[in-house]
Amino acid sequence: MMPGDAFDPITYALTRADLVAYAEASGDPNPIHQDEDVARSVGLPGVIAHGMLTLGLAGRAVASWTEGAEVVELGCKFTNPVVVPASGSVEVVVSGSVKKVEDGLVTIALDVTCNDVKVLGMPKAVVRA
Amino acid sequence: MPVDQSLVGREFPPTSQRTVTPDEVAAFASALGGPIHGPVDGPVDGPAEATVPPTYPIVLAFDAMNAFLAAEQIDLFRIIHGEQRFAYERPIRVGDRLSATLTVASLRQIGGADIIGTTSAILDADGALVCTAKATLVHTGGPT
Repeated sequence: MMPGDAFDPITYALTRADLVAYAEASGDPNPIHQDEDVARSVGLPGVIAHGMLTLGLAGRAVASWTEGAEVVELGCKFTNPVVVPASGSVEVVVSGSVKKVEDGLVTIALDVTCNDVKVLGMPKAVVRA
Repeated sequence: MPVDQSLVGREFPPTSQRTVTPDEVAAFASALGGPIHGPVDGPVDGPAEATVPPTYPIVLAFDAMNAFLAAEQIDLFRIIHGEQRFAYERPIRVGDRLSATLTVASLRQIGGADIIGTTSAILDADGALVCTAKATLVHTGGPT
């Protein structure tokens, strides 16, 4: 991996059923990820995906691109909600490129969008080369 | 009701130890999104030992956050996740026994919301640091 290398974007489809599965697996029962009324009551546009589910997809993409390289850092801001419709799915697209290779560590700048809107702020992963 | 400013710097008790089981890891990994459209996918369905997802420590950090919210009588549904950063000392493995200790790192109010910075140190059974999970929680207030 060299600075400037771009990885092939990966698109993930999320449904309400995925939110239920993620809530169970992660132990996060926050109803803003399940219940339209509760989500709207706190000013959200609808049921949204867990931010950590979206960051988890970014981690899944990094694992794909790097064939499971050890991750030493991962993080982002959650800047825009991923609204998941009651029926059908919404697509989350994860792109990434190598920013820096130094001391055996590869910094990958990520770009995560939903309907062409960036949903994560400055998402970044550092993996061991 | 704004969150009490005196919380800054406070360390909450460690969460009870949680063993990383193959079943939990498999459920967590398979819950990370539905079908993909694009190039080959990663080791999501591989052996559990090799596939503890990097976001898995959120399970520990979430335990710690819930204890913190309960102690401060903050409703989970009023919390929006603003930011999350993980720094890993080593990969998490199946069989690890982990617990998280949350410290309130910062607190500020913007437009009626509390912006709560937390740091959860995730330690193994030997007390060695495995992962530091930093979260920014946005508490949207409202009548409580």
